[in-house]
Amino acid sequence: MMTRAFLLKALMKKTNHLISLNGFRSFSITNFSRCISTLILAEHENGCIKAQTVSTVVAANSLSESSSISLLLAGSGSSLQEAASQAASCHPSVSEVLVADSDKFEYPLAETWAKLVDFVRKQREYSHILACSSSFGKNVLPRVAAILDVSPVTDVVKILGSNEFIRPIYAGNALCTVRYTGPGPCILTIRTTSFPVTPVTADSESKKATISQIDLSDFKEDSDRKSRYVGQSVQDTERPDLGSARVVITGGRALKSVENFKMIEKLAEKLGGAVGATRAAVDAGYVPNDLQVGQTGKIVAPELYMAFGVSGAIQHIAGIKDSKVIVAVNKDSDAPIFQVADYGLVGDLFEVIPELMEKLPEKK
Amino acid sequence: MKILVAVKRVVDYAVKIRVKHDKSGVDTNNVKMSMNPFCEIALEEALRIKEAGFAKEVIAVSIGPSQCVDTLRTGLAMGADRGIHVETSSSFLPLTIAKILKSLADVENPGLIFLGKQAIDDDCNQTGQMVAALLDWPQATFASKVVLDKDKNVATVDREVDGGLETLSVDLPAVITTDLRLNQPRYATLPNIMKAKSKPIKKTTVEDLKVDIKSDIEIIEVTEPPKRKSGVIVSSVDELIDKLKNEAHVV
Repeated sequence: MMTRAFLLKALMKKTNHLISLNGFRSFSITNFSRCISTLILAEHENGCIKAQTVSTVVAANSLSESSSISLLLAGSGSSLQEAASQAASCHPSVSEVLVADSDKFEYPLAETWAKLVDFVRKQREYSHILACSSSFGKNVLPRVAAILDVSPVTDVVKILGSNEFIRPIYAGNALCTVRYTGPGPCILTIRTTSFPVTPVTADSESKKATISQIDLSDFKEDSDRKSRYVGQSVQDTERPDLGSARVVITGGRALKSVENFKMIEKLAEKLGGAVGATRAAVDAGYVPNDLQVGQTGKIVAPELYMAFGVSGAIQHIAGIKDSKVIVAVNKDSDAPIFQVADYGLVGDLFEVIPELMEKLPEKK
Repeated sequence: MKILVAVKRVVDYAVKIRVKHDKSGVDTNNVKMSMNPFCEIALEEALRIKEAGFAKEVIAVSIGPSQCVDTLRTGLAMGADRGIHVETSSSFLPLTIAKILKSLADVENPGLIFLGKQAIDDDCNQTGQMVAALLDWPQATFASKVVLDKDKNVATVDREVDGGLETLSVDLPAVITTDLRLNQPRYATLPNIMKAKSKPIKKTTVEDLKVDIKSDIEIIEVTEPPKRKSGVIVSSVDELIDKLKNEAHVV
């Protein structure tokens, strides 16, 4: 409970504030903008900034009412410059795009990228350094934090102030409010499903951030590189990305085979959604592991999430419980998934899915 | 080559946790504790490397209260050669844990440090990356396959990244954090559990290691996540489609 004295004080302040409104406000704003300046380690692909990075900008924007936001893009060649010019207009609150163009950043190696972030930070002061909680952000930012001797905050789902954040712990079974009290930059990775991107209005599109190239002549990398990129095997899917899809259809072990899992894929296709899977389905080899949804896989928050033959282990629920509508189809009426489902149907998925395929309206 | 494996004692993954009434944290009294599942995988991988003749010794390290000895004994029963217990009654942020591991690495000089990719209690996913940074070693996080080349002194690691797999080759010494699919950890057999009782566990403290304790994050409160309002069980596909169309407006 607030004490009377405190309330009085607050009231007095308010009066003062009213009296010298103009002077006071302009002072506080300049003071503030000097304090909050955010560097975002951006991710881009084929000349485009990733949607997750734009969500991170949305998060950065809620750190304070007035803050300057710089996006750091690194890579090499023309696709980097394309991504930079797109990044400049990706969100009205981005004030600057910093471009590090060098062969050194061709591949996402944590050692090199962490050094780059530290290099950029030394040139300009930042109060906050952010990235999204993707495999890239989680790989690089803790390394940056250790170099700077500060503690990072992982998977922020809510920003309460410039140094107060909420993050899930114990597979999302508890929410922890933390305050960063250290000196130096506050380092955060952002759970992007918690910061949806609102469509940009036509007005703000005209606003473009300045793009500046970072002078890398002083950027020293160890002469003997200790880690090398060998290759990548990408799961190419034509369906929407699991992390940002509007609809996600997930299958569990009950699908029984790779062949049967195709039913899930067909249903997803019909609804224009992405396919997800439980760990059991991945371990059984029905689908590749980057489709895994849960504490150790991807966190999704689609408008519609449908689970077929998914029991609903704690670790899986951790990845889906922020979905708007959850539908569960399971033979076992005691399956824990029904406790979080908005609509549950107790039945055999081998009968339900074909019926759904037949009766669902065609997507427009 | 020695391999250092960090193992954490956490609330068992199958336990449904309860938030304390005073919002100070999660109730861990009288709750089943066990080795963090990712740490088991890390230890298993280290043991396999040793069994393949690439390493001489596997050392398990745990930092925490006296009960961490049980976690270390589990590790020794799985096959680790010896344990190091850094005893402390306070809980540390990953940065301090990373500093403790660094100072142990300075003494033990391992060729590899294995950690799990994250602990299932704080879900931080930071310690491995931080140890690597403090030692200035290369890191390979979220590993799903590790192949060692003894002659070249490198490890080739497949990493689970968003959208697929990425392969890196890192010079040793290196830090590797393990993902779920790396291996299936073994069970400790009864004879090995008996044998583990005679394996050495060295006790040390944070003061002995001269680690500066960083506490720049303050926990204000721990609360239960908002409950979803209870749903309905529908009786047919038609009813389900009707609800999705007319009530939830999602199809």
